[in-house]
Amino acid sequence: MTKNKTVSAHQISHENVDKLKDISGVNVYACYQCGNCSSACPAVEFMDIPPHQIIRKVQLGFIDELLESETPWICAACITCTVKCPRGVDIAKVMEALRQLVLRSDFEHGNLCEIEDKLRKKLPQIALIGNFRKTIL
Amino acid sequence: MKRVGVFVCHCGINIASTIDISKVVEDLKNYPGITFIQDYKYMCSEPGQALLKEKIKAEKIDAIVIAACSPTLHENTFRMAVKSVDMNPYNCEIANIREQCSWVHNNISEATEKAKRIIKSVVEKALLDEDLEPVRVPVTRKALVLGGGIAGIQSALSIANSGYEVILVERQSSIGGRMAQLSETFPTLDCSQCILTPKMVDAGQHKNIRLMTYSELDDISGFVGNFKVKIRQKAKYVDWEKCTGCGLCIEKCPKKVPSEFDQGLGKRKAIYTPFPQAVPNKPVIDCENCTYFKTGKCRLCEKVCPFDAINFDETDSFIEEEVGAIIVATGYDVYPVLNMSEYGGGKIPDVIDGLTFERILSASGPTGGEVRRPSDGKIPKEIVFIKCVGSRDPEHHYPYCSKICCMYTTKHAMLYKHRVHDGQPYIFYMDVRAGGKGYEEFYQRAQEEDKVVFLRGKVSKVYQDDDKVVVCGIDTLSGSNVEIRADMVVLAMAIRPSKGIEELAQLLKISIDQNGFLTEAHPKLRPVESLSAGIYLAGCAQAPKDIPDTVSQATATAAMISNLFSQEYLLHEPIITGVDEELCSGCGLCVAVCPYDARKTNREKGVVEVNEILCEACGACAAACPSGAAQQRNFTDTQLSNMVKAILAE
Repeated sequence: MTKNKTVSAHQISHENVDKLKDISGVNVYACYQCGNCSSACPAVEFMDIPPHQIIRKVQLGFIDELLESETPWICAACITCTVKCPRGVDIAKVMEALRQLVLRSDFEHGNLCEIEDKLRKKLPQIALIGNFRKTIL
Repeated sequence: MKRVGVFVCHCGINIASTIDISKVVEDLKNYPGITFIQDYKYMCSEPGQALLKEKIKAEKIDAIVIAACSPTLHENTFRMAVKSVDMNPYNCEIANIREQCSWVHNNISEATEKAKRIIKSVVEKALLDEDLEPVRVPVTRKALVLGGGIAGIQSALSIANSGYEVILVERQSSIGGRMAQLSETFPTLDCSQCILTPKMVDAGQHKNIRLMTYSELDDISGFVGNFKVKIRQKAKYVDWEKCTGCGLCIEKCPKKVPSEFDQGLGKRKAIYTPFPQAVPNKPVIDCENCTYFKTGKCRLCEKVCPFDAINFDETDSFIEEEVGAIIVATGYDVYPVLNMSEYGGGKIPDVIDGLTFERILSASGPTGGEVRRPSDGKIPKEIVFIKCVGSRDPEHHYPYCSKICCMYTTKHAMLYKHRVHDGQPYIFYMDVRAGGKGYEEFYQRAQEEDKVVFLRGKVSKVYQDDDKVVVCGIDTLSGSNVEIRADMVVLAMAIRPSKGIEELAQLLKISIDQNGFLTEAHPKLRPVESLSAGIYLAGCAQAPKDIPDTVSQATATAAMISNLFSQEYLLHEPIITGVDEELCSGCGLCVAVCPYDARKTNREKGVVEVNEILCEACGACAAACPSGAAQQRNFTDTQLSNMVKAILAE
């Protein structure tokens, strides 16, 4: 049995939730959990938390859990979820905001020098930039 | 000078918490024109009103200003109170210091200052108020009901049973409306037609009801108690006086077209009655599909008719009537499945709307009550129902809840299971709204006894794969995406006001909301009236609702109308804009701006005259008048200017 989660006023208005709202500009409280985003998402089977649950966790302030989730990094930003949403919640923007929250924290962006010269020259630039924005494994 | 008394209400803490009432009373004590001022906790209470009456007598007061809530709430209360002590009610004025002051401010000293100014300005108005008497208007005791569905039938019967005449107008050739199309009704599962048709027959035979089917409202003028209406009787091409409804013409007619009543699943002839229990049970010719009208040849119906009732030369006719009240009960349409391309609406034949499924379930329907899918007539073994399709979707369709779908979808799944015992129904839902008598129990029965599988979530797409209809959705409770290879899909489409509601609302000068539903006068306290006096609303034209709610609302409109008709005469607000004939030059500017046609130029006298009954005191004429001849009673230019001065004074 998993440990009970605490829901509290403090947590629901956590500073990271506010930051997420500021970055994304999305009103997550419009979501009524129909699940259409998850139902339509082409990458959902690879995600640890499906998109509708991401929004739900933001509503409840379980933000720490989201910062550790794989989901925002699996998200391909195809915007199918946003197009499908009956309530106008831009889920793709929330995903991007979650990535930003992680990237703006103390985060290991990777070191170009650690990549072998030979390999580095072969790598397309876009992949390198992508790596900076995401992570070097 | 008039002696004006001011009463300042605390309204508990509603006013007193933001406005320093003792300061208001103290500062205004010596304001010129105020003879007497007092505060009280609740002016609208019995003791508050008693205080008012007592002081009017004791202080010999001629006019009253109550500083309290909005006049829409208690103006009438106080006017009645002053009337009982022989003061003309139009000498009682309300200074709104709640909605326009205490509720919208939080700085006490500024709000107190504003409240004082509001009171001063209303005192200035009261000083010049005249005694007025309401205008008496006669009333025509006959009602017009627009729409012959269950709402229209019920209200017509109720009014007729109260002894008043009713004209029931329906645009189809038979009354019955949507309810006639339904199979069985939730939560009791009684047959819809069995409970409706007796009422239809009653309406058809009632001595006080004049049925006008295949007709529409063409024009209207007048006002409450005195409407003049013009009704267009569409050409039927059948003389209903001669026709006995024998049906020979229908039998012989060679032209078949999809039946609207069966939602396109079955066929009807070009000369037809929509369904066997139609009232009146007389056919009409659909001239758009009739072979004779299209090619000039045929006239078979004319040849076989034993009563010589067919008349191809018939044209639309018009009937003019005077009525005292109108009920708008024009019902709903189903949002077409064509709008749901992601669900294959309009492309996949086995994706249909709920109303079409009603016809499939109906014993008198195109399949005789057997559940067979439209494409190949197979009995579906797995069937998916999707709720909230087009409803609750502000982003792409309609934002509102269509209210009836939760229950009828549950009913559909249940009835399907009763017909196909080895079949499996699934319902995709987001919330179950089963808030009615016996509704929750009905929903539980579907889960427990009929093994309907409820999946909580929305469907993202539906597509055809061989002879299966594949439904891709989610069950958010288990957190898994689900896929169902079904034989048939039923969409609980949103319901919206029936076609033509905008034009009708415009004709009747009543308002509609952003979704096209008719607007009631007050969402809680006046739910069956429109904002135009004498026009009432019943059924789904006002908002989505089920049969019990519709019948309740329809009966309520009848009660309102009986109330109206039981009065000897109607009283019209005397605050109207008159004409000072000394000042009027007869320029006619006011005639042009009047939205109610209340003003006319009298060419002989060279002045404008006013129909006091039509005038709604909007003041457009008073603003337009260049000479000041058009003055609104108790809102004269002098009063308004004094009020503004009082507000702006240092």
